[in-house]
Amino acid sequence: MKKPELVVTPGNLEDIGILAEAGADAFIIGEQAFGLRLAGEFKREQLRKAVQLIHNYDKKAYVAVNGIFHNEKLDAMKDYVSFVESIDADAIIFGDPAVLMTVREVAPNMKLHWSTETTGTNWYTANYWGRKGSKRAVLAKELNLDQVTEIKENAEVEIEVQVHGMTAMFQSKRLLIGNYFRYQGRAMEIERKGKDENLYLYDHERDNRYPIFEDENGTHIMSPNDVCMIDELDELVDSGIDALKIDFIFKSASYKKEVTALYRKAIDTYLNDENEYFKQAGEWHAKIENIQPKNRKLDTGFFFKETVY
Amino acid sequence: MKIAVRYGADAVFIGGQEFGLRSNADNFSLEEMREGVQFAERYKARIYVTTNIIAHNENMEGLKEYLKGIEAAGVHGIIVADPLIIETCKQAAPKLEIHLSTQQSLSNWKAVQFWKEEGLERVVLARETSHEEIKEMKENVDIEIETFIHGAMCIAYSGRCVLSNHMTARDSNRGGCCQSCRWDYDLMKQRDSEADKNVFPTQSAPFAMSPKDLNLLHSIPKMCDIGIDSLKIEGRMKSIHYVATVVSVYRQVIDAYCEDPDNFTIKEEWVRELAKCANRDTASAFYEGVPSFEEQMYGKDNGIRKTNYVFAGMVIDFDMETNTATIQQRNLFKVGDKIEFFGPEIGGFSQRVAAIWDENEQQIDKANHPLQIVKIKVDRPVYPYNMMRRENH
Repeated sequence: MKKPELVVTPGNLEDIGILAEAGADAFIIGEQAFGLRLAGEFKREQLRKAVQLIHNYDKKAYVAVNGIFHNEKLDAMKDYVSFVESIDADAIIFGDPAVLMTVREVAPNMKLHWSTETTGTNWYTANYWGRKGSKRAVLAKELNLDQVTEIKENAEVEIEVQVHGMTAMFQSKRLLIGNYFRYQGRAMEIERKGKDENLYLYDHERDNRYPIFEDENGTHIMSPNDVCMIDELDELVDSGIDALKIDFIFKSASYKKEVTALYRKAIDTYLNDENEYFKQAGEWHAKIENIQPKNRKLDTGFFFKETVY
Repeated sequence: MKIAVRYGADAVFIGGQEFGLRSNADNFSLEEMREGVQFAERYKARIYVTTNIIAHNENMEGLKEYLKGIEAAGVHGIIVADPLIIETCKQAAPKLEIHLSTQQSLSNWKAVQFWKEEGLERVVLARETSHEEIKEMKENVDIEIETFIHGAMCIAYSGRCVLSNHMTARDSNRGGCCQSCRWDYDLMKQRDSEADKNVFPTQSAPFAMSPKDLNLLHSIPKMCDIGIDSLKIEGRMKSIHYVATVVSVYRQVIDAYCEDPDNFTIKEEWVRELAKCANRDTASAFYEGVPSFEEQMYGKDNGIRKTNYVFAGMVIDFDMETNTATIQQRNLFKVGDKIEFFGPEIGGFSQRVAAIWDENEQQIDKANHPLQIVKIKVDRPVYPYNMMRRENH
């Protein structure tokens, strides 16, 4: 059986060594000028060091260039793509076709992972981006398990799904928190309210808390619960899925380390001895539950949920 | 659709029963599309069908046949977001033009170039694009560009919001959007050791992200100058009165500017006319810069606009000899009401309701049944499909 890659999102250089030791196979890094909703901010020099460090551990480094770009950013993006190639990153994650066009121009040997967060929903379109040069498709989180495995069955590209952590629900170009502060008369000018402000929207009817923050890309609203599939990995692994991702945005260093180690153990155990996996899976889930941040429940996302329209 | 064409639209985009973001059984069947195309052709207008879902595996079924059906109905093009539908259309229904939907959040000229190389005839831009950006796109890429000029809009990048999926298990990118962005929330700050805290006092207006509707009336000349190929009005679930009013105002503005750009000014009457059908406050959004809090709606009144006018009825016939109009009632009106007629043949005029007769020629003092057929005397000639609105009591 194929061993899926365990992809994680480090917050800083220090995380990389710790998570590599804990069993991560690949790292998503980048900076907010080009990448969306990253767990850490790796400016160019740090990005260079990060890629070296990741390669020292014999792991893969994927750089997020998945922003929605406006004209004014195109030149900077082109320069950035050249830089990312020059530091020998293993792949660029993109959503905007402008990045694909730019990679063809300035870094034709660079691998591409197609990821738009919300529109990777069927196998045909995953393969379409494959024909355009993408090696991997990162699926939308709003799919159920059957849809995911059906995509994998029909995919001509590698398939990555998120199995743990917070997911993005919303991106606006407007600065919605700043606008609200100004409406309330509390601010003369808008200052972006970043991740460190720990703000969330409270939904009374559902008793849900949606983290919200602003950055260069606008306003982002995140899911109220963390997906946790550690005890439901069997069908995903059986389907031959290529990569399982953990998103560590808003998580502490110790949390990242422990969750990475548990998933490592879960994947290896399943591949080695299914019965042993099923015996222990509940315990691993409970361990994660114990270290969940305040007000962040675990759930299984859309994997077992029916959506209507 | 017919009203939009009669009031001056060059093209109309409609939803079919499947594959669109506004799918439901009340939408156009293939038979109705065929009829719509034939009607539109009399006015040299074009019909586009929205097939702009972000498809899941199971939506592939029946897609080919559906696109072939649309093509056979004589429809001119489809508006698409998912490459699955783009590619399927190229193979199965090659006569259809393919327009990229705003759901692809198209925001830069290089991405526009990509879609041109993919063979698309037209792209509808993200609503987040500005005048300068669109100008650069036109300069850099030879492709038709379409942008929104009026109507309701998403507060998120269209296609990049799944609030509805999370909050109500309804898929926003397949037409299920429950408009969670129009709800109120509390903005809270998470604190480690103490209870979380509201950022603003709970009695003040809650956090909201409801956008005002788009209105680019004043920007039309600039849009024509840079050669935007198609200006789009969003009119879903709107009354025929709304469609007639908005379409006829923009028709007049575009024609007046193109005819004599040097002496063009925005007439006050156009602004007033548009306000007569507004159901929300409006703003210019991203075309003129990044929108501030003033382009959102907060608090109790929430920007819901009560206009001073009500859609009272539509003309279905006119007797020249007796100056009597036959009206299909749409909202209550009564003797003594101040009313206005408008339509492409007549411009507009106002008068009072002097007397009303019902279908049995009996005089009545009010028309209070929905779709009731009544007659009234009119000061000037009117034509079928002219609209009648009344000033509020």
